[in-house]
Amino acid sequence: MLPAKSALNFNSTLRDNAMLDDVTGTRTVDREVVAFRVAGQDFCIDIMSVREIRGWTETTILPHAQRFVKGVINLRGSVVPVVDLSERLGLGMIEPGPRHVIIITVIGTQTVGLLAEVVSDILTVSDDSMQPVPDIASESARAYISGVVVAQEKMIRKIDLAKVLPANGKELA
Amino acid sequence: MSIIISDDFRESFFQECEDLLEAMNDGFRLMADDQHEIETVHAVFRAVHSIKGGAGAFGLDKLVDFAHHFETALDKLRSGKLDLDDDVLALFQRCGDHLADLVAAAREGAEMEEGIGSHLQAELDEAIGSTPQDEEIAPVEFQPMGLDMDLCLGPASPGRYKIDFAPEAELFRSGNEPALLFRALSRLGKLTVRIDTDALPKFTELDCTKPHLHWLLMLESAEPLDAITDTFEFVEGMCRLEITEDEALDVQNPDASTSLQDIIAQTDAPVDEPLRTAKQPQASSRNETNNRGSGATIRVDLERVDKLINLVGELVIKEAMLSQSISNIALPSENEVSVGLESLKQLAGEIQEGVMAIRAQPVKPMFQRMSRIVREAGIATGKRVRLVTQGEHTEVDKTVIERLVDPLTHMIRNAVDHGLEDTETRRSAGKPDEGTVILSAAHRSGRVMIDISDDGGGINRSKVRKIAEGKGLVSAEADLSPTEIDNLLFLPGFSSKEEVSALSGRGVGLDVARSEVQALGGRVSITSNPGEGTTFSISLPLTLAVLEGMVIEVADQTMVVPITAIQETLQPRTAEIHQIGQDGRVVVNRERLVPIVDLGEVFGFRPAPAVLDNHVLLLVETDNGRHCALIVDGIQDQRQVVIKSLESNYGHVNGVAAATILGDGRIALIIDPDGIIRDAAGQVGAELQFYSAGQCHA
Repeated sequence: MLPAKSALNFNSTLRDNAMLDDVTGTRTVDREVVAFRVAGQDFCIDIMSVREIRGWTETTILPHAQRFVKGVINLRGSVVPVVDLSERLGLGMIEPGPRHVIIITVIGTQTVGLLAEVVSDILTVSDDSMQPVPDIASESARAYISGVVVAQEKMIRKIDLAKVLPANGKELA
Repeated sequence: MSIIISDDFRESFFQECEDLLEAMNDGFRLMADDQHEIETVHAVFRAVHSIKGGAGAFGLDKLVDFAHHFETALDKLRSGKLDLDDDVLALFQRCGDHLADLVAAAREGAEMEEGIGSHLQAELDEAIGSTPQDEEIAPVEFQPMGLDMDLCLGPASPGRYKIDFAPEAELFRSGNEPALLFRALSRLGKLTVRIDTDALPKFTELDCTKPHLHWLLMLESAEPLDAITDTFEFVEGMCRLEITEDEALDVQNPDASTSLQDIIAQTDAPVDEPLRTAKQPQASSRNETNNRGSGATIRVDLERVDKLINLVGELVIKEAMLSQSISNIALPSENEVSVGLESLKQLAGEIQEGVMAIRAQPVKPMFQRMSRIVREAGIATGKRVRLVTQGEHTEVDKTVIERLVDPLTHMIRNAVDHGLEDTETRRSAGKPDEGTVILSAAHRSGRVMIDISDDGGGINRSKVRKIAEGKGLVSAEADLSPTEIDNLLFLPGFSSKEEVSALSGRGVGLDVARSEVQALGGRVSITSNPGEGTTFSISLPLTLAVLEGMVIEVADQTMVVPITAIQETLQPRTAEIHQIGQDGRVVVNRERLVPIVDLGEVFGFRPAPAVLDNHVLLLVETDNGRHCALIVDGIQDQRQVVIKSLESNYGHVNGVAAATILGDGRIALIIDPDGIIRDAAGQVGAELQFYSAGQCHA
């Protein structure tokens, strides 16, 4: 398990490697993912959509927000909403404390923070090892998971970010 | 690549066009005010000519064609072959408008209707044609005339002209130089110059801003009198000039008949001193009037400026955070850190101001657009209107200016259409036929005030009231003060013209203009004196990047309420609060009943507190003149906050206008009182509706 701060450094070197591959034009089947833990379960997201990982900071509550939106934080002058992944996935609400981390992700033009218990690892997974979501998974979890991968004797669920994020404007208005 | 470059050039051409059109309109305004000198006409001519030249380079044929016609007419004016009267000026102004339209169309690659252009061209041709010296015919007729001259005034027997020339101070002030005039004259024939220094006072009594010299010139020339008069064309009205044709006159002063070179050398000595000193003061006064317009400028991508503004906003926030954490560690007072931090704070503040100033622009271009609106509105209503602009160098944030154009246009049209009376009414009231609309801008205590005044009949209050009652906007029994009646004009759906006119009564009325201004954090007020006119005053923040707000606390959340919305804060006594219905409450304030809304409840943070003893009420006013008292837990501070968008990463939240970052680095939401009232209307709806209908108040 890696503490949040050092994970950030790792992250950037790996990202460079991935870019190099792109430049040389070799089709990479391997992907780097950031693995983290929410409500005792392991999840991961593509490293390319992670901008940084930071410790928990108190949020400003948004009126009329859905339960999984924890509020907004100040990220160097930008107003960034924080999503409680556990609540979003139907695993119960997290009561955040100083040990929790916020994974800042970017999808399109939208920047959103994901609240997680801890960032555990950065893994290289090949497309081949990615498996479809087993049928037994609960309905709400399946809606946000695009696949599972088995690594280091753990089953890691890959999150479909676009579905997890609060829809910009419409859903919440 | 080449396409990109030419796009760049194209863009800079259009930017230049904007400047040139501005210069052109400036010139027209001076002409309209009768303050123009020949230089004004030159400036207008040059502007049109430059547009033509640039347009030619980009193959914008229609623009070139029209600019050419326009330029030809201006050239006539320049050379004195066309007299400037009101009709000609009005025609030129319409041509200027059309030219601006053509430029705009070319910029967007749109097609213009042919009709207006060819119509104006025909009018221009007619205007030129109606003057005695017609361009088309002149060259043809000139040839034989010239021959004629040669016959009677051939080199053998040149005519003699006696020229008495005494320049006035204005001549020097406008940068003219007698020696150059004499040189021009000397090209026409043999010139003798004698200077008359009799009027020159003693050196001790010399007023160096007034010229005292007087020249007597003798010209032997074959040219006609016109040619000689033409030489003095540029200084007309700035000197005393008498030219007499005197063929019999012999050269009376043989000693004075020296060559021009000598004369200049001779006159130089005595003339130079007063001349130079005379130029000094006027040069500096000229600078004062011109230095706003001139001076080196650069064009900068707006994005870069905005990035800088964001960064500086960050700097200010960081500084506030640092101050707070240092105050937490309880250092001794007057320690180096605090002192250093204090000067850092000042510097950051100054940088912020400086960066904001980059975005600030003079309102002049917008005012110029308004003069066109006035013209068009005048034509449409058949009224003669003059627009007077004041304080056009007042600077306002670019975005504010852009978003102010629509409401201002509406208000200007309203002033012409509804404000000014028709000519007969004006005459019977003893007013000049021509109505005046004054558009003025000024900075006042950190805000920008823009006033639109007309010298019309003022608001017809009984009529306004009748209309409002007829439309069910106000009850017949309501006791309204004159100001309250005036403010009925801002109610949605109020349009005082009985039949809808194309100009300003499209049913969207002043309420839209007002809400547009309010969206900019501004307020509109109205004052009217029967028989004397009406003034609409717009008060605006200097920038949209920061906002003056009251920092409040609700249900342990810190929030900001825009100060512009707050009318007053109340510490309510229980006796003043009344229950209406199941959970509606109103507070009595200045004999009005104001519905109470709990911010915490509206935002879903808590149920509304039953007892308000430990709370404060903020009396806010919104669009449409609605009032409402917001329950807050406490007021922390009043300060400027940097506005941050909530929408870019999240979305719109009802009742929240934007977000800001406070000194502790936390985000605080900026409240949108309008949204709050809309939200609350569901709960206290009936009362609110009643209130807004019964008592509209600004």
